[in-house]
Amino acid sequence: MVTGSLFGAQSDTIMSGVVFLWVTGSWPLALIIFIASIVVPGAKLLALTFLVISIQRRFAWAPLQRARLYRAVELVGRWSMVDIYVAAVLAALVQFGGLMSIRPGPGAIAFGAVVVLTMFAAECFDPRLIWDEEARHG
Amino acid sequence: MTNLLACRECDLLQKEVRLAPGGSAQCARCAATLYRNPTDGFDRTLAVTLAAAVVFIVANAFPMVGLEVSGSRTSTTLLGTVATLHDQDMTAVAALVFVTTFLAPAIDISAMLYLLLPLKLGRVPRGLPAVFRVVDAVRPWGMVEVFMLGTLVSLAKLSHLASVKPGIALWSFAVLMLLLAAGAVSFDARALWSRVEATR
Repeated sequence: MVTGSLFGAQSDTIMSGVVFLWVTGSWPLALIIFIASIVVPGAKLLALTFLVISIQRRFAWAPLQRARLYRAVELVGRWSMVDIYVAAVLAALVQFGGLMSIRPGPGAIAFGAVVVLTMFAAECFDPRLIWDEEARHG
Repeated sequence: MTNLLACRECDLLQKEVRLAPGGSAQCARCAATLYRNPTDGFDRTLAVTLAAAVVFIVANAFPMVGLEVSGSRTSTTLLGTVATLHDQDMTAVAALVFVTTFLAPAIDISAMLYLLLPLKLGRVPRGLPAVFRVVDAVRPWGMVEVFMLGTLVSLAKLSHLASVKPGIALWSFAVLMLLLAAGAVSFDARALWSRVEATR
């Protein structure tokens, strides 16, 4: 996100935005953004990778927990869109000509792509595969 | 004859049991919800979807928020936000916002009305299976509740900077979020299909 004002332009990444909110005392907002934009997408990528590997390697271990993990990934993933909406609304509202304006930077496109791609990935995953080993042994 | 059904998440075959109103059946192996029997499911879904259609129009016709800094004023609607992003060469982000907050809910609401209204009047709408699949495909992409949180966060950020005036559309979006959630809770696909069978 790029904030332009009379005093020059300032670029913010997601993390610097979180730090700014934290330092200025808005720690509930800082927590929301940190969890939604950093913890959730990171955890989602790790969880999906783990699930795919566990099926590739034919783990028979803890199928119920893995099924729950998948459900959590599906449920929580959408909330990472929050930061895109924050940037969008800020960009639309803060348009005071040369005085001050905000526009999303290239990071917004990449971040949006992460959310969309991981949603497609979660949709492609077939949770029934988790139970195949159970059927083979049991 | 006992009906057997396979769990959608783990493929376990199990017997179908009759549910009390408001009840739901879980898979014996993976604990996924198999099916539900929402109280007055059909009528409630129809009522809530009609309300959502009205609120959706209000939410998009009026400004969401206004902003005032030392005399100059700006305000924006949802579609205005999309247009601004597009003008800033952020077409990809604009498209993402447009699809998730406008297009997906619009398709969801109109497809549901297309299915439910004729069934209520005792007719089976044409192309029912296809429309039903559209609803299923579109649902995960409607993110009104996430958008609501995003808007609130950005307003909180701006409140240091300027005086922020929430508009009618912002409240409408909050209501829309609740209505869509209520519609999803009272809707069960199996109940819809048994209604279709009964109508035929």
